[in-house]
Amino acid sequence: MNPVLFLLLALLTLTAALTVVLHPKPVHSACALVVTLFVLSVFFVALDAQLIGVLQIVVYAGAIVVLLLFVIMLLNLQMESHAFGPGWVVAAAVGGGLMLAAVLVSQVWWAPGGAGPAVSAEFGYPKEVAQLLFTTYLLPFELTSVLLLVAIVGAVALTKKGLQ
Amino acid sequence: MGVEIAIATAKVLVMVLIILHVMAFGGVYFERKVSAVIQNRFGANRANIFGGILPVNLGVLNTLLADPVKFLLKEDIVPAGADKLLHTAAPILALAPVLVTFAVIPFGDILTVGGRDINLQGAELNVGLLYILAMASLGVYGVVLGGWASNSRWSLLGGIRGSAQMISYEIAMGLSLIGVVLVYNTLDLQEIARAQGGYFLRGWLPAWGILYQPIGFVIFLVAGVAESKRIPFDLPESESELVSGYFTEYSGAKHLMFMMADFVEVVLVSALVTTLFFGGWQVPYLARYGAMGLPGFHFPWGATLALPALLVTLLQIGAFAIKLMFFTWFQVMLRWTLPRFRYDQLMRLGWQGLLPLALVNVALSALVIIWKAGAS
Amino acid sequence: MTPTPISWYLTLSAMLFAIGVAGVVVRRNIIVIFMAIELMLNAVNLTFVAFARALGTMDGQVIVFFVMTVAAAEAAVGLAIIIALFRTRETTNADELATLKW
Repeated sequence: MNPVLFLLLALLTLTAALTVVLHPKPVHSACALVVTLFVLSVFFVALDAQLIGVLQIVVYAGAIVVLLLFVIMLLNLQMESHAFGPGWVVAAAVGGGLMLAAVLVSQVWWAPGGAGPAVSAEFGYPKEVAQLLFTTYLLPFELTSVLLLVAIVGAVALTKKGLQ
Repeated sequence: MGVEIAIATAKVLVMVLIILHVMAFGGVYFERKVSAVIQNRFGANRANIFGGILPVNLGVLNTLLADPVKFLLKEDIVPAGADKLLHTAAPILALAPVLVTFAVIPFGDILTVGGRDINLQGAELNVGLLYILAMASLGVYGVVLGGWASNSRWSLLGGIRGSAQMISYEIAMGLSLIGVVLVYNTLDLQEIARAQGGYFLRGWLPAWGILYQPIGFVIFLVAGVAESKRIPFDLPESESELVSGYFTEYSGAKHLMFMMADFVEVVLVSALVTTLFFGGWQVPYLARYGAMGLPGFHFPWGATLALPALLVTLLQIGAFAIKLMFFTWFQVMLRWTLPRFRYDQLMRLGWQGLLPLALVNVALSALVIIWKAGAS
Repeated sequence: MTPTPISWYLTLSAMLFAIGVAGVVVRRNIIVIFMAIELMLNAVNLTFVAFARALGTMDGQVIVFFVMTVAAAEAAVGLAIIIALFRTRETTNADELATLKW
């Protein structure tokens, strides 16, 4: 990806992420989250992960955030008066966040390797992902399907109004 | 490099701007005329210019030109207490994903012009089918945000109903596509269209997708009509109950965008059904490279009709357009014939009807494929 | 033109992760805390995909597949819990939901 384009999109991602965290209205935070997820999907495609990039939109932006929006509307959450914690918590969080960012960035900024090795033309295609998914990672795959089933049953059980 | 950009731009212009907009606005006129025929009346024959001195009234030109201009010039009313940013963003979020999906739909085979082969598909994505599902899931935001941002109870009700309906039928749509992927082994729509060029019964029956996936076709068509919130699934918009549902509080250009999204989605579902189940741009017995490498018709009874390759491509584009119009007509017919589903009936159909049927379809397709692979 | 070095992607994901962490600590609304957690998960996804590209193997992308699935399951159950809590406590403020005692 062109470095200038990357910088522009990275700026957009960071702005959207900050909006998610800082905006007092939950609906706007959710919309900013959609923007973040969309731009991240663009980055995935730029990193030769086409299947993951499109799945990100289908699963994350298209289902999880819609679920979040549903809950926000169901609970009818408007702008809140106490959106942030007390002042010292905010200061501690900002300070802590900056320190965390500094530590992590200092470790990865000088990561060698440039743009990565040359990979096959099929890198990131569904076929390649499926190849690994059904051989090396078959057990996690089956466990994940059980996990999803448990999550469905659990979500219904938790929100079901009890039998009167 | 510049030529590539010019070609890509030309594809976008031809496909999206010209064909799509004409079909979307022409679709409004088409719908009014077809509904008039069904209801035994003349429809939309009053619009005229110069006070009626011309013997012919405007007809389709009214819907193509005057209607959009009327919408654009209307006052844009934002209800008090509405969230201005989301109120403006919702129609854009409703229309943009639907338009963008057309990038992966192939409207013809390769066009050879000036020694250059142009693949008549906007973007050759290897994950084309998943891209379509992704854009379908993004379409939910237009509905849910439109309903929420209007600060009105009709809109909110329509928005919640609409988004619940859309996400329920997305699942059935996605599962019905798994059968297609199993048969054709690819997610790229142009490859799927090309793979439907074979023949059954010793060259007599074109091997279109519907012969491979009849159940998948039915599920996909029903789910597609439900996704675009057309009657019989138009409870989010139900004109007799919720005024206009989630786009009650929209006027002017924003209302136009919602309506346009409706018709463009009709064309989109037609295009997808055509490409996946009816051969896309394939004309029976017509091939660009026939049995002996000659472009033209190769009839199963032995006759051939050689045609220049350019004419073959144009015939194929024409075939795509005709199939598209047939399915658009079918959806319009469906709208004016069937009554509306009740909400619980709609949800029951989606979750307890289409979803198990789609799973059974996947299992059956897999079994048939394994059996055929074992037999050969 | 030179392609973007992979380390830039890693830097971006580190910053996103830090923003997510700060969000979880600062905000009081449970749903926004949840969104900040999703932000952290996505930052990690970006890291995995970047490293998959840097090392030329597909394992990173398969792990992202699993992270997405687990995040979806977690979102479903977490939001169900929030709705169940809201039914009894009528609030989504994390400070007021902090005690188990009713």
